[in-house]
Amino acid sequence: MIPRHQRILFVLLLVASLAMGAVLWLLRQHAHQRLLAGLDSAPTSAPAVAPAEQATLLMANDSDGSILTQLHSLPLPADPGALARAVLGKLLDLYATPDAAHPVPGGASSVLQVFLLPAPEITGAVPAAGIPISTKSRTVVILPRQFRANPPAAPLQGAPQAGPLLAVVNLSGSFAANHPSGIETEMLTVLSICGTLRANLPRVTQVRFLVDGQQRATLAGHADLTRTYLTGDAVPSNEAHP
Amino acid sequence: MRWIKYSWLALVLAPLAAQSTLAQPAPPAPQTRFVVVLDAAHGGDDTGGRLAHGQLEKSFTLALSVRLRSLLAARGIPVVTTRDSDAAVDPVKRAEIANRAQAQACLSLHTSESGSGIYLFVSSLAPAAPARFPAWKTAQAAAVMRSLKLAGVINSALLHAGMSVTLSRTSLPAMDSMTCPAVTVEITPEQNHETAAGLDDKDYQARVAAALAAALLEWRTDTGRTEARP
Repeated sequence: MIPRHQRILFVLLLVASLAMGAVLWLLRQHAHQRLLAGLDSAPTSAPAVAPAEQATLLMANDSDGSILTQLHSLPLPADPGALARAVLGKLLDLYATPDAAHPVPGGASSVLQVFLLPAPEITGAVPAAGIPISTKSRTVVILPRQFRANPPAAPLQGAPQAGPLLAVVNLSGSFAANHPSGIETEMLTVLSICGTLRANLPRVTQVRFLVDGQQRATLAGHADLTRTYLTGDAVPSNEAHP
Repeated sequence: MRWIKYSWLALVLAPLAAQSTLAQPAPPAPQTRFVVVLDAAHGGDDTGGRLAHGQLEKSFTLALSVRLRSLLAARGIPVVTTRDSDAAVDPVKRAEIANRAQAQACLSLHTSESGSGIYLFVSSLAPAAPARFPAWKTAQAAAVMRSLKLAGVINSALLHAGMSVTLSRTSLPAMDSMTCPAVTVEITPEQNHETAAGLDDKDYQARVAAALAAALLEWRTDTGRTEARP
């Protein structure tokens, strides 16, 4: 038999619990109302869908070792980092098609991120001043610096506002693992990426590569990924000097 | 005075000393031995690319290195190799071996299923004057002009053997640290309709090795002519 005073106490505690629960629910409702009152939920701007624009892609060709300029229409975001990722994604999508002249599996998802940073000054040895030696119609010609005429720099949002930029391209590990092995094919991939960045973001003068966020010695056993590439080194055949 | 006392001795000994100096023959000029370094790419855990017929790049380059060494040895050309077995050799060690050999030609051998014919790569470093202590990563800069000449000789030999050749320039860590005239050779399947051949074609392999040996023989003659010039 439960004593009477304990029953009264139990009922009082139960009533108090229910009352506190009700108060909490009311307070939550009030807070929610206050939050909604402070927000203007009217649709004042349209969803951000980038319009399709012309992007310049530097497409490699394994059969003659050429890199040719191609224009493609695709939505280009305003943010330069996203823009760089979009154009490189398109480039790698084209390389992943079955009839690609430079077949590389992976596609757009192989470009994880592109970071744009102020470019450091490069000291020490410079690449060769162009000595185009060729028995075929080679297209990747390293030109002397005085011949490199970069287009005027355009203002970029979300990136340092002045000066040359270093693009850090973070590739996926599966892209590197499945890339065909060979000096020529790996260099064509690297140079077409550098050239595409230069064509669409003229302020990008240097490019470095990461794989899954880490530095990697080579792309697929040959192309050195520890060095900084100069975008001026990748000149398409239709722009190369004779 | 003491110096007058011994001056007669100096007068007597001086002509004798001069005579003995004249009698000694001049030290012979150091003879440069023509040595070739063959660098079979990859090895050990670094397998390189996988070729269409299942062979690995490291095995192909080693087999080509052995074949080429035999051809050169038969012509009396001493050869130093960076590896003779399936061992991993890092780029620094490869360059060390080449530089220690003081070779007149260094060939790095690669292969790939991508592309067509033979690709010859010379370092993309800008030519520089020889320095007493060159920087390790750009040591090839002083030899780039000779490397270009060597590539020209190899190009001629390969074209003469009916192969398609593409010359290019690139940056490879081992090659950029070599002080010898250095060329990287990448062998890919011959796509030309008349002379089409896969990497597993023994005749194609033999023709490539023979052409490279002929080129190095020609290079030795050229080098000898240059050194003989006053």
